[in-house]
Amino acid sequence: MSAPTAAARRFLPSSVFGRNLLTVLVALVAVVLVLELTSPFRNSQLATMSYYAIAAVGLTVLTGLNGQISLGHGALMAVGAYTTGLLLENEAMPFPVAMLAAMVVTAVAGIVVGAAAARLHGPYLAGATLALAVGVPGIAIYFDGLLGGEQGLRISSPTPPDWFADAMYFLTAGEMTSARYLAYIGWGTLLLVVLLLANLIAGRYGRIWRAVRDDEIAAELAGVRLGRMRVLAFVVSAACAGLAGAVLAMVVRLAAPSGFTIVLSLALLTAVVVGGLGSLGGALLGSALLVFLPPAVTDIGTDLGMSGVQAAQLAPFVYGVVLVVVMLAAPGGVMGIVRRLRHAGRRARGRGGPSRPAAGKQGVGATDQGGRG
Amino acid sequence: MTSPGVSETRYLGTRTDPAPLFAATGVTVRFGGLTALDDVSLAALPREVHGVIGPNGAGKTTLFNVCCGFVRPDAGTLSWRGREIGDLRPHRLAGMGIARTLQGLGLFRGLTVVENVMVGADRFHRSGFLSGLFALPRSTADERRLRERAWHAMSEAGVAGYAAAYPGSLPYPVQKRVALARALATEPDLLLLDEPASGLGHDEIEELGAFVRGLTERMAVILVDHHMDLVMSACDRITVLDFGRVVAAGSPGEVRDDPAVIDAYLGEAADRGGEHD
Repeated sequence: MSAPTAAARRFLPSSVFGRNLLTVLVALVAVVLVLELTSPFRNSQLATMSYYAIAAVGLTVLTGLNGQISLGHGALMAVGAYTTGLLLENEAMPFPVAMLAAMVVTAVAGIVVGAAAARLHGPYLAGATLALAVGVPGIAIYFDGLLGGEQGLRISSPTPPDWFADAMYFLTAGEMTSARYLAYIGWGTLLLVVLLLANLIAGRYGRIWRAVRDDEIAAELAGVRLGRMRVLAFVVSAACAGLAGAVLAMVVRLAAPSGFTIVLSLALLTAVVVGGLGSLGGALLGSALLVFLPPAVTDIGTDLGMSGVQAAQLAPFVYGVVLVVVMLAAPGGVMGIVRRLRHAGRRARGRGGPSRPAAGKQGVGATDQGGRG
Repeated sequence: MTSPGVSETRYLGTRTDPAPLFAATGVTVRFGGLTALDDVSLAALPREVHGVIGPNGAGKTTLFNVCCGFVRPDAGTLSWRGREIGDLRPHRLAGMGIARTLQGLGLFRGLTVVENVMVGADRFHRSGFLSGLFALPRSTADERRLRERAWHAMSEAGVAGYAAAYPGSLPYPVQKRVALARALATEPDLLLLDEPASGLGHDEIEELGAFVRGLTERMAVILVDHHMDLVMSACDRITVLDFGRVVAAGSPGEVRDDPAVIDAYLGEAADRGGEHD
């Protein structure tokens, strides 16, 4: 550890919670700055990113840390979105209550799916969760009286309350538009989710999930109940997907079957893989890529003199190329590259010196797979 | 090392004969038409090292798998502290006070050494999910306790210096010690060692033998191995398996002189000369 980092470390809180909370508070300040300084269009893009990211951080815990693949997270988001839609109808209740309810309902769905999934591995698990992704939107079409069928449910998004608008105006002198307010809700939820997941990952549950992923038999011999831990990971992940669905419903103002196709599930999975499996920071990066890369590519395309249609078709192509390149060049994702660079730097610095100091005091949160980028 | 005579009295004596900590009685396992274990019995006494030897395919690992609940015997019973274990599940072992190392080590490669060993200590965790979710002081204190336990086990196994390393980056003998530390972190009363000497050099095996003897101060050990030197020097009692049957049992001295053993195992080993590692 170099001297400046050691010096900086002294000012950081020593507990896991303190460190995570500090990071999230710093992130919150950054979020406020970004949301206040950007246009309503960017605000709504950021709101979109927030719900992708909420689902992606949950998925990375399940797939990256616990080794369970899920192609059904889009369907779990649908559960959250429809629950929110039904509960917000006629403004029956304040939106935070609806979001919590959406989370709980999706978590319960997660128990059912997770209990079935805990017995399956690899392609069988992928197949089972794929069935979920294909089947769940059909439920909305079947119960079209309640769930609005193909048209979906219109959702009345919450409007910024006066006190919030006043407080933000007092703080930043910025106007509270509806898009900005929704982005605040999304990012507030995201930061809270990241804080709680970071706590879990840094502690016993993160460790046990990874142990179950790496060697079932050895974990079992250590007294770990495999099934219970797998289901727990699934439920945590589903709860995140439920919250993501709730945010999506409010941001998009609509919960319709066409919004929750298998494409959504695959997009989440690619975001998590591109960012780096098992890393919360990687999931955030992947979601950002998912939202900001296609429009950026389209812009570049138009600048190069392509027609609108051509430029629009360029986006999925570039996204695909990025995906292939990442998989070939860096199977560990973006966070894998960062980790490797950091490791190489440390080794270069450590060369010639005495052996590294005993790392017993190092927190579990400091391990590469537990860390948050 | 006890002489055969002393061992004999202990075996048959009425005064100080301790009840077995762990016993397998009449265990039979069939895989299809193959009888892997045929009426095998074995008893581990407290604070003793019990060796299980036999040629390849004699059923040693199958016996371990029965003892751990991975394989359900077709006949026979297991007992722990004098009570029959009805429905043995692997995840219950650690809580009962039984630890096992695996032939393939089974280290968690995505976890550092200290985290690997902390998983071994996991049965001592006290805080629940919510305190982990909110990183409450309870959970932080719990983590510190588990880390201390892991630290203790790592020091004992001599791997404390590798705490932050990933197992894959370590030499095989060190990895074996990490696996041992993980088993010790469960603080077992009975330790099952599956081929602890495989892949180790001569000096390391000698060290291992002394280490295992040292463990008898607080636990019983059952070890399966090929290395006669280790087994003969470290064990109080030996069970010899051949083709799934017990061909001999007793003190190292008795077993060494048993013609059935020489025939089944030692003779074969002698024929092969120093072929082992």
